[in-house]
Amino acid sequence: MIREAESNSNAKIIQLENAQKIYQMGSSEVKALAGVTISFERGSFWAIMGPSGSGKSTMMNVLGCLDRLSSGRYILEGRDVSTLDDDSLSELRLRHLGFVFQSFNLIPQLTVQRNIELPLYYLGWEASSSAERARELAEKVGLKERLHHRPAELSGGEMQRVAIARALANDPQIIFADEPTGNLDTATGKEILQLLDELNKQGRTIIMVTHEPHVAVYAKRRLHMLDGLVEGVEGRD
Amino acid sequence: MRQIKLVRNILLGIEDLLLHKLRSFLTTLGIVFGVGSVVAMLSVGEGASKEAMDQIRKLGSNNIIISSIKSIEEESTSTTHSHMGIYGLTYEDGVRVADTFKTIRQVAPVKLIRKEGRLGERALELRIVGTTPIWFELVQRPVVAGRVMVASDDDERAPAAVLTEFGARKLLAAENTIGQSLKIGGDRFEIVGIVKSESGQAGNIQIPDQEVDVYIPINVARTYFGDITARMTSGTQERELVELHQMIVQVNSIEDVEPTAKGIEDMLKRFHKKKDYLVSVPLALLRQAEATKRTFNVVLGSIAGISLLVGGIGIMNIMLASVTERTREIGIRRAIGAKRRQIISQFLIETVVLSIIGGLIGIGMGVLVPSLITYFAGMPTVITVASIVLPLVISFGVGIIFGLYPAVRAAKVDPIVALRHE
Repeated sequence: MIREAESNSNAKIIQLENAQKIYQMGSSEVKALAGVTISFERGSFWAIMGPSGSGKSTMMNVLGCLDRLSSGRYILEGRDVSTLDDDSLSELRLRHLGFVFQSFNLIPQLTVQRNIELPLYYLGWEASSSAERARELAEKVGLKERLHHRPAELSGGEMQRVAIARALANDPQIIFADEPTGNLDTATGKEILQLLDELNKQGRTIIMVTHEPHVAVYAKRRLHMLDGLVEGVEGRD
Repeated sequence: MRQIKLVRNILLGIEDLLLHKLRSFLTTLGIVFGVGSVVAMLSVGEGASKEAMDQIRKLGSNNIIISSIKSIEEESTSTTHSHMGIYGLTYEDGVRVADTFKTIRQVAPVKLIRKEGRLGERALELRIVGTTPIWFELVQRPVVAGRVMVASDDDERAPAAVLTEFGARKLLAAENTIGQSLKIGGDRFEIVGIVKSESGQAGNIQIPDQEVDVYIPINVARTYFGDITARMTSGTQERELVELHQMIVQVNSIEDVEPTAKGIEDMLKRFHKKKDYLVSVPLALLRQAEATKRTFNVVLGSIAGISLLVGGIGIMNIMLASVTERTREIGIRRAIGAKRRQIISQFLIETVVLSIIGGLIGIGMGVLVPSLITYFAGMPTVITVASIVLPLVISFGVGIIFGLYPAVRAAKVDPIVALRHE
């Protein structure tokens, strides 16, 4: 089984094997992930769905290398990352992953440009080249004129575009989007989803968490979760 | 590359601090006062030792000055008629001191006589200093014209005299005065040189020379004026017999000063029935200066220590608040891929920048305070490079020590929790 998983690693960008995440709540144990085995193809666009408490957020945190499994294996691009330490996980996030959040999560005191540059700063880019990259990305998401504004001066849709530009700064293979349209109106949400779709067409793997079916339809495949387990999978690449 | 990155990080830190200007400023106040006290403390201490060093230079750092004084008993009996006061150092003391101590390099005996000096029309009450050429080695003063006393002056009993600059001016002597004759009492002396002089006191020690001095060979002084001086005070003739008024002793090295002085004191005690001598040690001034320095160090050091502690705790407090306030920012940075140590360095740099800015303001204040101390308390103060550099190092240290805990707290923030933090 393991052998098979590794031989398929080129096609499968993400593999979870009997993934469990157990939280200790007082004396009782809560299984946020109760033994999930699933794999995602490179270049796919997945929506992880489910009601609150279904384990979709935990799933997202584990896949995004923000959290570690209690047991089971997580193989990212053919590499077992379940036992990596904090620094190595940070390094993985820095070089290979991008994040878009429901509440945008921009740093309020930094300008749009500085926010986009943030990953490049930690990658150790020089100021001039990272400024240029920030300009390119801002242009790509249609915010060229907003570079020197602060997040508070932007609309929700604009803030999410900045977040996407920031997520793209390190040229990641996988983009995680946690309810990316949750704080946006329908029209703006649609624009953001189209942007994500475009990124997927360029070959990036997108994993989106949502509980709204009309959002999930933008994804090619949908993963339904319930009580920490995979309830069903639909759609095809 | 690394340095560029550090500079960039520092600039980013300053940017963050400038977002809360008032808060940042108030936070630094403790450091400002602490560092200010350190600078003031160092400058007062430095001023005290510099003053002492200057005084010691006037007196000679390797010198011991032994003076004849009227003992207390002598003081009370000298009022009787036709009594002759006999006190002070003797020629024998001079020989004995010079022969006894191996640590002594040379001794200048001094005989003091007050007499009127005359140069042409001008007259001036002079203090005749009968001594040997060694005097000019032990009490070093610049020569204005001519020369100082030489060995041959004494041997030939040539009536040579050296004037001070002040005395020369009072007597209207010009440079061509060298070679002219100065009349002291009824005797003529040839003016061979003019030297500069000091006067007054250094600490509690009388400086050996005075402005109205005239230096003549001691043997000439003995032959011409004898050992007995007579003075008329309120109708009574007061007569005194003093062989030597002073001895200036030079020892080989600075370490010998105090033991030798102690030895001389003990020896004189054995040979003198009364305490009619005073042993002064210029080096003791340094001890006094050190005592002053210690007092100031204790007082200002405590203030500085308390201020720095309070300041450091203040900074830590604000930084902890800042960490809580910026939990979400920390979460974002961590999610993007910042490592724990990068978060630590971000917060540590902010704290260090804050405390160094406080330190710089404190140094500014600390430079001002010593001049106020000098103005109001009349204490000398000196600002040295060390008194600028040390406080900077201290404020850097305070930043590191009190910044570390908040920074570590920041780094421990769990990104998942932090991202949900409102």
